[in-house]
Amino acid sequence: MNVKTISTTLALVIGLTSAAGVHAHRAWMLPSATVLSGESAWVTVDGAVSNSLFYFEHHPLNLDKLEIRSPSGARVEAQNKASGKYRSMFDAELTEDGTYTFEIHNQGISGSYELDGKRHRWMGSADEVAGIPAAADSLRLSEIDRRMQVFVTKGAPTVDSFGPTGDGLELLPDTHPNDLFSGETTVFRFNLDGKPAEGLAVLLIRDGIRYRDQVEEIRLTTDAEGRVEVVWPEPGMYWLEAETEAPAKQLKNASRRLSYSATLEVLPL
Amino acid sequence: MNRIRSSVYAMLLAAPTLALADSLSVEVEIPELQVAEYHRPYVAVWLEDSKGQHQLDLAVWYDHDIRNNEGNKWLKDLRLWWRRSGRSLDMPVDAFSGATRAPGMHAVSFEAEDQRLDRLSAGDYTLAVEAAREVGGREVVRVPIRWPASETTGYSASGSTELGAVAVTIKP
Repeated sequence: MNVKTISTTLALVIGLTSAAGVHAHRAWMLPSATVLSGESAWVTVDGAVSNSLFYFEHHPLNLDKLEIRSPSGARVEAQNKASGKYRSMFDAELTEDGTYTFEIHNQGISGSYELDGKRHRWMGSADEVAGIPAAADSLRLSEIDRRMQVFVTKGAPTVDSFGPTGDGLELLPDTHPNDLFSGETTVFRFNLDGKPAEGLAVLLIRDGIRYRDQVEEIRLTTDAEGRVEVVWPEPGMYWLEAETEAPAKQLKNASRRLSYSATLEVLPL
Repeated sequence: MNRIRSSVYAMLLAAPTLALADSLSVEVEIPELQVAEYHRPYVAVWLEDSKGQHQLDLAVWYDHDIRNNEGNKWLKDLRLWWRRSGRSLDMPVDAFSGATRAPGMHAVSFEAEDQRLDRLSAGDYTLAVEAAREVGGREVVRVPIRWPASETTGYSASGSTELGAVAVTIKP
């Protein structure tokens, strides 16, 4: 084997590894319905971390940070929470008319260091950074801010449960996410820490990847006002993800890795 | 005098846009279907303007009399009507809510005196009929109409799956 072959092989291996590391896992919630009618309605929601959408094949979603906000801003308790091998789930009763937001917002610090010649991965909160052994070498930390949302509406859509809080990446409903129809133009706006997120890469993937050859990703970039426009090619459940980096808020000389994801239902007209 | 004249002008201006003296009747055919499990469809009948904006609900036939309004749970399956109107209503609305209908022809009529028609200014409209059936399909039939009419005018269209003939008659 000559040198050239070795280097090509190495490049291939590295390429595969990094691609898998960056894009392999998609975390999501999948609601049983997003448009509901009636005096009181229930939705049941699955949660998983998987490669393909929306299939249970890797890990259940951690629901510890799940928060449900009612149209009037009240906290709603998730019911029947359970976690299985590949999937977690919960139910929620919708008693008010309007839009409910189901959110999992994880903020923390992650990174790695070397100790006694061994590499250690580390995750924790800002307070716990002090607990990293003083002898640790090559310490690399960054802040993590991951927000995942699902919207469900009984009756007419409302916007009071959206926030925004001004913290991290947030979706602003220029078009209401429970009012999406195939063939129509939708406008979403994104904020980063309360300001328009310009140049944000936004990815959309329709459900049912198993039944087609190509993933058929829709890739968009926000304009100066943080806006993206999409014309939905087909009805279905879509997974949206936006990722970006920004300077850290708590750590010095570190970056903050932010993501926003949502599951959106597009109905046929 | 000026005041009288301006009110006459107002009437003249208003006259072409308001049609107070026409009656409107709609006939909707619910087809008989050979299916293993049949439930009567939920049906909504409404008027849209030429831009597709919802104007007036004429009829919504659904399980309106089940206890605790449990029949409301499926109203969203009339998904076009639900988006255009239903989701903003507190159903049942007495003016147009009614029970589901058996297969056959069913008529909805509005006399010329019916105040609900007052809000329709002269112009082109679309009468929309949407049907959604439990464990079955959904269909929308649209009939373009002109309101009001100078003589008795009929319009019709036909569905192919969940709806049969839809006929509209406008009488001056």
